[in-house]
Amino acid sequence: MTARCCADVRSDTAAGRVTAADTLTAAIDRAHDVGAGREGLNIFAWRDDDDARRQAATIGDRLADTTPGALLGVPIAVKDNIATRTMPTTCGSRILEGYVSPYEATVVRRLREAGGIVFGKTNMDEFAMGSSTEHSAYGPTRNPIAPDRVPGGSSGGSAAAVASGIVSIALGSETGGSVRQPAAFCGIVGVKPTYGRVSRFGLVAFASSLDQVGVFGQTVDDAARGLAVIAGHDEMDSTSADIAVPDYTAAASTDVKGLVVGLPKEYFPASLDPAIRAKCDAAIAHLKALGATVKEVSLPHTDLAIPVYYIIAPAEASSNLARFDGVRYGLRITGDGLRGMYEATRSGGFGSEVTRRILLGTYVLSAGYYDAYYRKAQQVRTLIANDFRRVFDSGVHVLFTPTAPSTAFPIGAISDPYEMYLSDIFTATANLAGVPAMSIPIGRIGGLPVGGQFLATHFDEARMFNAAYALERALGAEARA
Amino acid sequence: MAVTIDDVRHIATLARLGLPDARAASIVAELNTILEHMDELAKVDTTGVEEAIGVGAEGLPVRADKGPPFPLARSLDAFAPSVRDGFLLVPRLSTHESPEEA
Repeated sequence: MTARCCADVRSDTAAGRVTAADTLTAAIDRAHDVGAGREGLNIFAWRDDDDARRQAATIGDRLADTTPGALLGVPIAVKDNIATRTMPTTCGSRILEGYVSPYEATVVRRLREAGGIVFGKTNMDEFAMGSSTEHSAYGPTRNPIAPDRVPGGSSGGSAAAVASGIVSIALGSETGGSVRQPAAFCGIVGVKPTYGRVSRFGLVAFASSLDQVGVFGQTVDDAARGLAVIAGHDEMDSTSADIAVPDYTAAASTDVKGLVVGLPKEYFPASLDPAIRAKCDAAIAHLKALGATVKEVSLPHTDLAIPVYYIIAPAEASSNLARFDGVRYGLRITGDGLRGMYEATRSGGFGSEVTRRILLGTYVLSAGYYDAYYRKAQQVRTLIANDFRRVFDSGVHVLFTPTAPSTAFPIGAISDPYEMYLSDIFTATANLAGVPAMSIPIGRIGGLPVGGQFLATHFDEARMFNAAYALERALGAEARA
Repeated sequence: MAVTIDDVRHIATLARLGLPDARAASIVAELNTILEHMDELAKVDTTGVEEAIGVGAEGLPVRADKGPPFPLARSLDAFAPSVRDGFLLVPRLSTHESPEEA
């Protein structure tokens, strides 16, 4: 069972055929039926159904608006690292236990202004550091398709909320693949916009040169409508670009004849799971049949993305997370003097993965190692970005790749940190280069979803949506078979 | 470049993290495993390659160079009542000579 699509909920609510309260009740019932609570799928870090009902009650007052909000009456789940004034924002961490932000993230404000209802805050890997949503102070989230497996991460709670049919749209955040990889694992759509496309005001910073707010949707259309609402310049975020936001849903009615689709050979190595390769081949065959021109291209520095990412992201995290020290936010554990309080609070508040990354980041930035690691990584990052620039300048409109090297793995199966980091091997490049990318379901292997990824050049999300709409239509039921 | 227990203690101090001895030892092993993979970057020739300083297409946008949107509580004159030769005269500090004497 799925949630009603965003477009239908909006038109029915605007026409008075359904109330926002009805839609919300259906979402609450669905959450109960699938066992979304702590002992079940463990999807949410926080839910306040009374607050959601109060939001829904105000929607009726807006029906007289000449233009109904784009998300009128649509319940939306929000990742727990995006600031909300009416619910805690804890980033899945003990160190922010009970913390309520004094202001609201721009993306949340825009959802509300568009008529959306904030349904709850979703579970996540602590401070968005992880690829499985196992590293949360609230415990692991389970994959709704196969509850003994992970939903991917770090936005696993948001992905699970959509995949289980509670909501049609959810917000996540991306630093190295934290929307696309869980979208692939849960069989839904996940979009990482261009760096600068969406305001990050109110998104708790992890790695500021990589972070973006992303959107999950049950369908390409749900995701397109969600992104359209949150995208656009915000004077509260100087990294948000003042570039017009096109109507992404218009891409649904454009065919892909003449679209040039590049297949980067580095994303299809000999070691790629043959079953995943076969699903990609089937998707590529559909694109060809639709009139797209498909050709092999090369992004030669792809295999360096993980070492580069896992130097730059922890380095930035070690700086960004320095503010959590028991003075201003959340948890405080007393110790021997001020320094003792800092150390006791941070050691007691951060989990093992966050601690590991703070130490790694501090190390690569420290005297004597900065040039060998951090400066080198920033140089190789330039080479990775140049790879994309060269390919898109050669006339390629979009790239198509697998989203992840595997399907969802069992909870607890990966204990080696570096092995976990390799989950991001096909996704981290887009964050390093700042280009937009999205994952859509392209089939299943043994009942487990497989994602296919489209990437485009900066601020060309519309072209990416064009390809995704077309492939989704062509695959039909095959995407979930 | 292998990390030692002393390195881990040093960076834990820099990062304001208290680490029990057993945890510090396991961190040494974990960081060395991770850094082994990072050493791949040393093999890449980056001669003449600029460091990435941003990932946007245009870089950081710069806002228009215009005054703040809020009116000042006091007029500009109130901050500098006296002007001489195009320069603002400010109250004399006891350690400075008088502007009249200059």
